[in-house]
Amino acid sequence: MTEKIKIKSKNVNVYYGQKKALDKINLEIPTNKVTALIGPSGCGKSTFLRCINRMNDTIDICRIEGKIIVDEEDIYSTEVDPVLLRAKIGMVFQKPNPFPKSIFDNVAYGPKIHGIVNSDDELEELVIYSLKKAGLFGEVKDRLNDTGTSLSGGQQQRLCIARAIAISPQIILMDEPCSALDPIATAIIEELIDELAKNFTIVIVTHSMQQAARVSQQTAFFHMGSLIEVGHTDQIFSTPSQKKTQDYITGKIG
Amino acid sequence: MNNLKKIEYSLKKRKRQESRFKIYGLLGIATAVTFLCIILSSIVMEGKKAFLSTYIKLEVYFDPDIIYTNNDQKEEDIKFANFQKIIKNSLNSFFPEISDKDELRKLSNFISSSEEENLMKLVLKNKQLVGQKITLWLLASSKIDVINKNPDMELIAEEDRLISDLELNWLNEIRSANNIKSNFNKNFFVKADSTEPEQAGIWGSLVGSFFTLFITLILSFPIAVAAGVFLEELAPKNKFTDFIEVNINNLAAVPSIIFGLLGLAIFLNVMHLPRSAPIVGGMVLALMTLPTIIIATRASLKAVPPSIREAAIGLGATKFQTVTHHVLPLSLPGILTGTIIGMSQALGESAPLLMIGMVAFIVDVPGSFLDSSTVLPVQIYLWKSTAARGFVELTAAGVMVLLSFLILMNGIAVFIRQKFEKKW
Repeated sequence: MTEKIKIKSKNVNVYYGQKKALDKINLEIPTNKVTALIGPSGCGKSTFLRCINRMNDTIDICRIEGKIIVDEEDIYSTEVDPVLLRAKIGMVFQKPNPFPKSIFDNVAYGPKIHGIVNSDDELEELVIYSLKKAGLFGEVKDRLNDTGTSLSGGQQQRLCIARAIAISPQIILMDEPCSALDPIATAIIEELIDELAKNFTIVIVTHSMQQAARVSQQTAFFHMGSLIEVGHTDQIFSTPSQKKTQDYITGKIG
Repeated sequence: MNNLKKIEYSLKKRKRQESRFKIYGLLGIATAVTFLCIILSSIVMEGKKAFLSTYIKLEVYFDPDIIYTNNDQKEEDIKFANFQKIIKNSLNSFFPEISDKDELRKLSNFISSSEEENLMKLVLKNKQLVGQKITLWLLASSKIDVINKNPDMELIAEEDRLISDLELNWLNEIRSANNIKSNFNKNFFVKADSTEPEQAGIWGSLVGSFFTLFITLILSFPIAVAAGVFLEELAPKNKFTDFIEVNINNLAAVPSIIFGLLGLAIFLNVMHLPRSAPIVGGMVLALMTLPTIIIATRASLKAVPPSIREAAIGLGATKFQTVTHHVLPLSLPGILTGTIIGMSQALGESAPLLMIGMVAFIVDVPGSFLDSSTVLPVQIYLWKSTAARGFVELTAAGVMVLLSFLILMNGIAVFIRQKFEKKW
């Protein structure tokens, strides 16, 4: 692969207490592309995703070894402030989790705490821009003061995406963003992911191989805490080099 | 028997089990409700009498010879005048046939001693009254009040009755002249304790309770919420914090009198704070309420779904911002509910306050946090342990006041929970 690399993991081991959850993960994630992490439940793909923005720091018993390099900098080095890191790497969660505040305040929260905007006008502009980017503005423009939780599941998830992109991160991590949504809402989000990939590096964890095939350019297959295979999505799904990958995508394991 | 038959057979048994269980539950609830009704109705039946007091109509002659002992007619004279005699004379003029000194003394006991001061004030305000004869409704003494309110007491044998046959005859004469009435008992709501039931009121202890609870609230709420937030959100989970957590839970179960002993030992004997004062009572009750609020705080913080925390942290909020912007506001209804429940516990608490001297007989309404005072439950206890018959009704009325405040506070707690509870 000749693309510019955004994230590079080197020998990443993750432990939950005594249990080893990830074993020597070496993975390169290209800039402004969609990388899908697939694998059966409990294979460690979500754990790996949460290492990239140091979300696992919030779990007391979680311990991480190895290096994850984002833009030439090891994010686990002591100079890196995880709070700053998370401002650079946005995250969208499995279950839509808007704050129980208004739609406007949901999107405005990130810019506000980081002091990105200087005036209320600027803030409003940014909120509208983010909602438009997330393809939600048309549906909510007349009720920006309604609570975020009053939206449908798919709209809530897009609100969460708008909230994430409002602080203009460089990377967006998505942890099974469509698993709680119906097929129509899923299709809308997938389209949105395609659109977002122009400006953001996206890493998406998904249970659905079809989804991985539809949205990603690169796919990484995890199994039992190990990275089995990584490559162009087309290649992984047509001619996987590993037997386990073959078994998984044909439904023999998983 | 085939399987279906077996299932059918066992199903009957299971259904019987279920209906038996339902009956036990209903029985339990019915018992509880019955006893509650018995307690409440007996309290209300007794207590409602305390909200009325008896007045007797008398022609009061402000005799200048009694009021102005000196001829210069000074105000000082009015203040020291023998109004007891004026009342006695008024009664005597209603019963002119009585001349025996002992009997006259008994007769003058019909009227509450507090009326002497009231008459004095009346004259001080309007000196023209001296030498005039006016008709006034005077507050009856407690024993007349009790007999008047409880007609069945007249049937008791004389030696067991509050008043003698002779006094009862007088009372009946006053009644037949239509010179007796029941009116709203204002004293009960504006006065503090007194040795005379008809002059005793709940206001003093209500104010005492208010001062005490105020101190309790401003001490325990911020400390407990800070402690709860720290333990739940910020403190590392290790043996030491586990140890603290276990001890907070234990503290919630410590008998309240122990906190009273602590208050006596530390606040009074070491810090030399005033005895019987709401400030000390409030501090003791704050100690007692702390674990309740800490536990409520932690429980409602725990109830905030982790997805909200993740959302905030994922956006780059600091731990502190996550807590103050999202978690704490969302858990506030639960914290407030716990606080109100803790406060109503404190309102009903008497044992620890006995230890720090809030059981004193206080006739003045307290004016500050440092004044000697008592609190509602202790006042009830004091009245209950007093011999005079008039206090029986006051006790029940005091319980009614205390219960209404408890119901009010718990009602507010329920309202807050219903209104602000967030659904996920």
